[in-house]
Amino acid sequence: MIAALSSGALFAQSSMTNTEEWVANGVFYVIAAVALFAAIKMVTTSNVVHAALYLLVVLAVVAAVYILLGAEFAAATQVLVYLGAIMVLLLFGVMLTRAKIGHEDDLDHEQKWIGGLVAVLLMAVMSYSLVDEFDTIELPADRQPQRTQEVADSIFSTFIVPFEAISLLLLAALIGAVVVARRD
Amino acid sequence: MNALLAVDVPWWGTTIIKSIAVLLVVLLPTGTVVYLYLFKMVSFMQSRLGPMEAGPYGSLQLLAEVGKNLQKEDIFPARADRNVFALAPYIVLVSTMLLAVVVPFGPNAVFTDLDTGIFLALAVSSVSVIGILMAGWASASKYSLLGGLRAAGQLIAYELPLVLAVVGVVIQAGTLNMQQIVYAQIEGEIFGFGGLGLPFVLTQFVGFVIFMIAVQAELTQVPFDMPIAESELVSGYMTEYSGMRFLMFFIGEFATAVIFAFLASVLFLGGWSIPPFVTELLGLEIDSAWFNVIGPIVMLTKMLVLTFIIYWVRFTYPRFREDQLQKFAWKVLIPISLVNIAITGLLKVVL
Repeated sequence: MIAALSSGALFAQSSMTNTEEWVANGVFYVIAAVALFAAIKMVTTSNVVHAALYLLVVLAVVAAVYILLGAEFAAATQVLVYLGAIMVLLLFGVMLTRAKIGHEDDLDHEQKWIGGLVAVLLMAVMSYSLVDEFDTIELPADRQPQRTQEVADSIFSTFIVPFEAISLLLLAALIGAVVVARRD
Repeated sequence: MNALLAVDVPWWGTTIIKSIAVLLVVLLPTGTVVYLYLFKMVSFMQSRLGPMEAGPYGSLQLLAEVGKNLQKEDIFPARADRNVFALAPYIVLVSTMLLAVVVPFGPNAVFTDLDTGIFLALAVSSVSVIGILMAGWASASKYSLLGGLRAAGQLIAYELPLVLAVVGVVIQAGTLNMQQIVYAQIEGEIFGFGGLGLPFVLTQFVGFVIFMIAVQAELTQVPFDMPIAESELVSGYMTEYSGMRFLMFFIGEFATAVIFAFLASVLFLGGWSIPPFVTELLGLEIDSAWFNVIGPIVMLTKMLVLTFIIYWVRFTYPRFREDQLQKFAWKVLIPISLVNIAITGLLKVVL
């Protein structure tokens, strides 16, 4: 959601000189509206599986935003990781444990106002920092889709330390999961 | 002649043409495969004739089946979640059709020449699991739910060897782009002999076998058909579906076989290209427009060979038990494909 809104802010500033830019902007507003609708429905729906499916729509729309910005690799990764793996596991878990069809009454929580407040605060902070950082930056009008090679080059040279740190973190999580799941 | 053909099609025009072409590229070969293998080959393997009444040798049987399913009543189970139930087959079918977008059929006969090519295809193929889970859950039936959960567990397990088997090819070709993978195989040489090119099935045979096994599992068909095991779950996640929506699951299943065979022939068998020495004999350039005509025929031939193997296995082997199925993926296929990646990477650096 936040990613969608902030990249929309970037888009609105790029020079709209030709029809393609107009089309791109129109598409952006359509998918942003879908994202907003799905995000609101996700927290207001009264069925756990429906909530998971709405979350799925939000994640898919984020992939669409990546494609609109020319970040093909990020979009494909978003689909593979979030839609293909995480959401499938989440749905799998939900359906194994509580897969009631229809309306559920006990989904509400008394602390929802605090949760909402935290969400609004988080969005304010992230929006502010994004606007603060990228306010004056414009996307080039003749931009091309980002090549996968460029992504690889920057990951394995400029950002090698964070990349290795994340790899180590994932390995630790993996080993932790194995240790927790072991019976003996 | 060239000036006559050089029609300036607007971008929305090419989009419409390409959308129709994707439908044709998916549906026509799917129909062929269903008739040739599901109707006829299995019949011959079981010493019977198969459909013979509709058209010569029963060749119109498929149209009859489609007509039958189209006029059936669209039944929803009484306690089903109607919207999710109705939406599920579309997700399965669309995720399958999107795969065809990245497959190259000739030097210019491509839908989109995506830089991420095969990676995007594998990513999109994993979305069909969501449709299957939705179908299983929304049917409000224990059999369907169990079938959906089994399918999800199986597809997650076999998604990994599928992706890892492709990594070897990607390392060798040095690109994710499908078209570049084809060119890498045309320009490759076997110990300095370039007459045959270098189909990656020769160097990546392990990857090829793992890929085909994983495809078999992705199709949730014998020997990996625990999700729709008839003797236990009626028909798994498809149990409650009828008419048009059942037809969509049916098309989705066979279209997946066709598309994955297309992907495998691009990755391992040289795609739309013919051996370079034949190209020289014919006096053609590899980029010449002739290959936009020859390419689709070559691809179709390779696809038919690969789907033949897929259905041969399907109608020959008995079913895996659920625990054997999971063990086979996690303890056999994934370690082998990881070793394959390590060796390929090592050889790529050394050679």
